[in-house]
Amino acid sequence: MRYLLRRLAFYIVTAWAALTINFALPRLIPGNAVQAALDKFQGQFSPGVEKALALQFGTNTKASLLTQYWHYWSQLFQGNLGVSTSEYPTHVSTIISKALPWTIALVGISSVISFTLGTLLGILIAWRRGGRLDALLPISTFLSAVPYFWLGLILVTVFGVSLHWLPFFQGYGQGVTLGLNWAFIGSAIAHGVLPAITIILSSIAGWMVGMRNMMVTTLSEDYVMVAQAKGLSDRRVMFTYAARNAILPNLAGFALQLGFVVAGSLLTEIIFSYPGIGVTLLNAVTSKDYPLMQGIFLVITLVVLVANFAADLLYVLLDPRTRQEA
Amino acid sequence: MSAAEVTVASGREVSTDPTPALEATGLTQHFRVRGRAGRARSRNRRGRPVVHAVDDVSIKLWAGRVTAVVGESGSGKSTLARILARMITPSSGRLWLDGRATPLSAGRGARAYRNKVQLILQDPFSSLNPIHSVRYQLSRPLRIHKMVGSEELDDALESLLERVKLTPPSQYLDKLPHELSGGQLQRVAIARCLAVEPRVLLADEPVSMLDVSIRLGILNLLEELCHAESLAVLYVTHDLASARYLATDVLVMYAGQVVESGPAAAVVDTPAHPYTQLLLSAAADPEREGPAELTTSGGAPPSLIDPPAGCRFHPRCPHAMPICAIANPPMLDVSPDQRAACWLHVDPADRPKVSEGAKA
Amino acid sequence: MSVDTPTQPSATGDNARPAGPRAASLRRRRTRPARRRRFSRKTYVGFGLLAFFILMAIFGPIAAPYDPSAAVGPSLVGPSSAHLLGTTQNSQDVLSQLLVGARTTLLVGFLAGLIATALSIVFGVTAGYLGGWGDESLSLVANLFLVIPALPLLIVLTSYLPGAGPLTTAVVISATGWAWGARVLRAQTLSIRNRDYIVAAKISGERTWRIVLFEILPNEAAVVASSFLFTVLFAILTQVALDFLGLVNVSGSWTWGTMLYWAQNDQALSVGAWWWFVPPGLAVALVGTGLALANFGLDELIDPRLRSAGLTRRSDAKLVRQGFTVVHRRPDAAATAHAPTGGGFTEVRLRANGNGRSEPVAATIGGAPEADAHLASQAADSAEVDTQAGAGNPTGVRADAVPQRQRDDAASEGRLG
Repeated sequence: MRYLLRRLAFYIVTAWAALTINFALPRLIPGNAVQAALDKFQGQFSPGVEKALALQFGTNTKASLLTQYWHYWSQLFQGNLGVSTSEYPTHVSTIISKALPWTIALVGISSVISFTLGTLLGILIAWRRGGRLDALLPISTFLSAVPYFWLGLILVTVFGVSLHWLPFFQGYGQGVTLGLNWAFIGSAIAHGVLPAITIILSSIAGWMVGMRNMMVTTLSEDYVMVAQAKGLSDRRVMFTYAARNAILPNLAGFALQLGFVVAGSLLTEIIFSYPGIGVTLLNAVTSKDYPLMQGIFLVITLVVLVANFAADLLYVLLDPRTRQEA
Repeated sequence: MSAAEVTVASGREVSTDPTPALEATGLTQHFRVRGRAGRARSRNRRGRPVVHAVDDVSIKLWAGRVTAVVGESGSGKSTLARILARMITPSSGRLWLDGRATPLSAGRGARAYRNKVQLILQDPFSSLNPIHSVRYQLSRPLRIHKMVGSEELDDALESLLERVKLTPPSQYLDKLPHELSGGQLQRVAIARCLAVEPRVLLADEPVSMLDVSIRLGILNLLEELCHAESLAVLYVTHDLASARYLATDVLVMYAGQVVESGPAAAVVDTPAHPYTQLLLSAAADPEREGPAELTTSGGAPPSLIDPPAGCRFHPRCPHAMPICAIANPPMLDVSPDQRAACWLHVDPADRPKVSEGAKA
Repeated sequence: MSVDTPTQPSATGDNARPAGPRAASLRRRRTRPARRRRFSRKTYVGFGLLAFFILMAIFGPIAAPYDPSAAVGPSLVGPSSAHLLGTTQNSQDVLSQLLVGARTTLLVGFLAGLIATALSIVFGVTAGYLGGWGDESLSLVANLFLVIPALPLLIVLTSYLPGAGPLTTAVVISATGWAWGARVLRAQTLSIRNRDYIVAAKISGERTWRIVLFEILPNEAAVVASSFLFTVLFAILTQVALDFLGLVNVSGSWTWGTMLYWAQNDQALSVGAWWWFVPPGLAVALVGTGLALANFGLDELIDPRLRSAGLTRRSDAKLVRQGFTVVHRRPDAAATAHAPTGGGFTEVRLRANGNGRSEPVAATIGGAPEADAHLASQAADSAEVDTQAGAGNPTGVRADAVPQRQRDDAASEGRLG
């Protein structure tokens, strides 16, 4: 409990810092890009929206910084992320809530697959070291250095454009109605395969190599030798003795991995024109829709923090030492 | 330098010098405990639990004499050495170097102090930075304390290595630590201490990390340095036999306190404190017939956060009496030179009265 | 860093030793004039790739056959003798773009890596050395930057800087990329700070800045270098991503990222112009692979303990690289003064401790041949930890080459007692 509370406190501080960065950036950076972008919409917004935007970005306003900061937080707590300038008068929260489920489903499912598969492969490679599976290691070195979106491009070329095996454009087929019907679900899954493979291929190496290295270290520990000596089955030694201990440091590196996965999947979405946060962010960037950008950064950060906390919960479940501390 | 040369001549019996090279009285070191240390009774002024690493210890080191501090792990002997080296600032205590009162703080003045008092660390494998050559390690103290000019540096380095019997020096100067054996490393570490021409050498278990077969060489080197260069040497060890071999005087520490002190021969041959007797009986002795006589009621060294009341040794002492659980025994003369802190040496009539009720 | 660190292996070749015949023969083996250390093949490949691309970055713009921005041929044709990598939709030569783009891409990557590594040294070493509140607050900042997703932050950041040049990109990337290195260095400094040789340096009277710069930092050279390579990889990938998104000035400067941006924008994909987008991505991937593989070799190169080389067997070299002490059984062992206990097989095993650094743990096994063989094979397995660890292991768990102590087996036996 104590451990989790400490982590929770850390995430709260991190969230505060991230949101404050979000607030501070447009005000700190010289050359007022936001001002220029907003000026283009001169006269198109209602006076109320104009005033809110001015407060949100610190442009054209005489309000003190403290007032602006206060306004920023009070708006956040009301769930109000402002109004999108490119899709005026749609609210930023509406746009994000439409895109977020796609991304969470895609990244969530592929991360879980990647983690599970990578960890299992890592265990196996370490267990049968010197075997044929070792060939995966140099390949993984290469894969982890490949830009996600480029891998996506290659997959699209091979399996989409040339072979026509799988759809590679948007999240679901044309003529399919959005909703809980089989046609939609089937189409969504088919459309998700290539992006998911891209994410899995790029991120699996990290888990695999990390797990393998920890396994090799763990396997040389005396308690593993004792477990083998007392005649336990290989499977039991491998999973309940060696892997159980080796997985902890791997899990502790979750935060860093997640950062890469999030970054990679944002770009992957763009390749596949997937209707998620990545494409929305790109649209926001190209149309200089600053309220939308801010909102997306905020939401991504919060989701990442929640995911990290979930990893911490898992860590506590697996590591009795963190529980005893309580 | 000149002072040292004068005394060299007097050889082995230098103890005629009336002032000790280093003297400390009432050294006490309480470490604050981090985290939750439970219901510890002893707390410092702010109410935090403390560890009594060293409790009211007094010690004198004489030029040309080896003084040994003997005790088991956690007895505070290494902390004592580090306090004397001014690596840590004790909670209280006083210090005299060559009869002059000296502050005990580990802070600013400590640099000049280390010109006179040097500490040899326990593990030679980790006390030499693996990336620096022997030449670098030895020339640093020479340069820092401006012992020699740059022209004389090479000569100084060679004479240092010769003093610790690493000859020919040219063979060792440009070696990296991993190219030397443990014994050689400890000699280099000692040479580094000698570089500043100290008056006092504090050796914190200098041979416990070394193989038995090379321990003797290092001990002999320390003894030779002590006598030939009239150094005052503090030898911290857990091994009574080596203390007997090397030291003139012995202090036995238990749970942060000195329980017995005296000439090495007297302490080892006629131990007065039950703890010293226990230590001796625990040491292997090929000449002893039958099993070791002295048995204890077992147990481990006491918690220093919450030391036992009265004599700290009483839970393990085979001679424990009711009084032992209540009052800490005073340090008593058991013979002209030898002192021990044990109620056994107090005439029963002079012991404080203990009623059965008070014991509970 | 340290001027006093010997830059060459000690090639004195002084063989005479004071110890017995056994020790003498051991010494001879160790101090034999060092041969050029043989790196693993992976390391060669890594440094080869890096060298190739660095040369490309230096000479590429000169060697480029065409002006990368000029229309020099037919539109969208595949590789031919006139255009080795084909042309773009705007009839530009892809090879020329690749060659010209190498310079900015690598420059930004290495510049960002340098700045970020400098930041991580300042933050990490300061935090580790200070301890207490200074450490707590600096660590909090580092952990914060680790958890906040970097790319979205960078996207938002660069969107406030329209048309940012390469230098700005490098600065912005390093602002988010320093935290990982800082955390690793902090852990490293924390563990070194309490080593005996730091205590010894204090006793010698060394000043704090000298202890940090000359006693602690050189011992972290391998970690610094590996975090540098890691950061360069991060910087190149991030830069390519930012360029690809069109967040920087895409029209003026050619980088591999802007090539991909135009390829994506001009629908290279749907027309199947693979020659347009494959080369820049492949180049990024190969540079990344080179960086990862070079990471393996760095430990061997930097650590002076591993430099004295001259080990007879290749397997020995592998073990020693890992921090093992290799002591061979010799029939005459019992006859020498230094090994009165008789021949024994001693190895120093690795045990990862909390901060991801491995500490040697001494273990001695009596001179039974089976034990010998068994432990040796186990050791060889552990030895592989290192060769893989540097690469795709961003978890911060690195099995480093550990302080390796060669010494008489008698001495290491003493450490057990």
